[in-house]
Amino acid sequence: MIPLSHFLFISATLFCIGIYAVLSKKNAIMVLIGIEFMLNAAILNFVAFGKYDKFNASGQVFALFAIVLAAAAVAVSLAIILNVYQYYKTIDPTRINKLKD
Amino acid sequence: MESIIFYVFAAIVLSSALLVVATRNLVRSIFLFFITLFSMAGLFIFALADFVAITQIVIYVGGVLVLMIFAFLLSNKQILNDPEPLKSKIIGLHHLPGIFVSLLFFGIIIWSLTLANTDQLDWIASSGENTLKPSDNTTHYIGITLMTKYLLPFEVVSVFLLMALIGAAHLARKEREI
Repeated sequence: MIPLSHFLFISATLFCIGIYAVLSKKNAIMVLIGIEFMLNAAILNFVAFGKYDKFNASGQVFALFAIVLAAAAVAVSLAIILNVYQYYKTIDPTRINKLKD
Repeated sequence: MESIIFYVFAAIVLSSALLVVATRNLVRSIFLFFITLFSMAGLFIFALADFVAITQIVIYVGGVLVLMIFAFLLSNKQILNDPEPLKSKIIGLHHLPGIFVSLLFFGIIIWSLTLANTDQLDWIASSGENTLKPSDNTTHYIGITLMTKYLLPFEVVSVFLLMALIGAAHLARKEREI
């Protein structure tokens, strides 16, 4: 049996890689991938704790909800990135700095 | 044997995640992201969540990644190019704040995990009969919970998915006139 803390260490590392990608990448798609890393780390935590909740299965149900919501978020944000590219001709988050036309 | 495979999967997850953020080529990093998600599904199986692992493969690998690749390969290829031509240094100065903040976060999380001492938590140590065994049928329990305790969130999620579908299709239209 793998101890619970090893799952948590792995997900902590993955979360920090995600934070790095979100903070320092110059490409909106890489930022999106960083967010996906952070979501996956959270899902791994849910699943690892859900092992000790057999009859309610709350951890796994929440992991399923998180996966579904992440998929919806990816669909919408890819559409937004495409629109931003059509408007600004770049997807560098540091160069998209106008809210009005 | 079991733990060796687990640590191999963990090493694949972490090393491919590091490569994803280190590679300059966007297409290459999307395909490495694919490897990360696949081996995350392997880790889910080691947490005895086989249904979640299958869902991960179907939705993430089959849906999200195909969406990511097709959305950009089919629309315009310039979007895949690196906005700035690469400088010779591997880690530029503008990466340092990100590295600093993420290392700080990592330290805080590890510190709080060691303080929390998760392996000896009360409800985990006393779970006893409530702990999953490899022979258990998790899909059975997930189905019962989803149809009784979490019925309302389940319906809300379905309506939310429909909304996201319509919204994404609306945003990704070609014509500009509104």
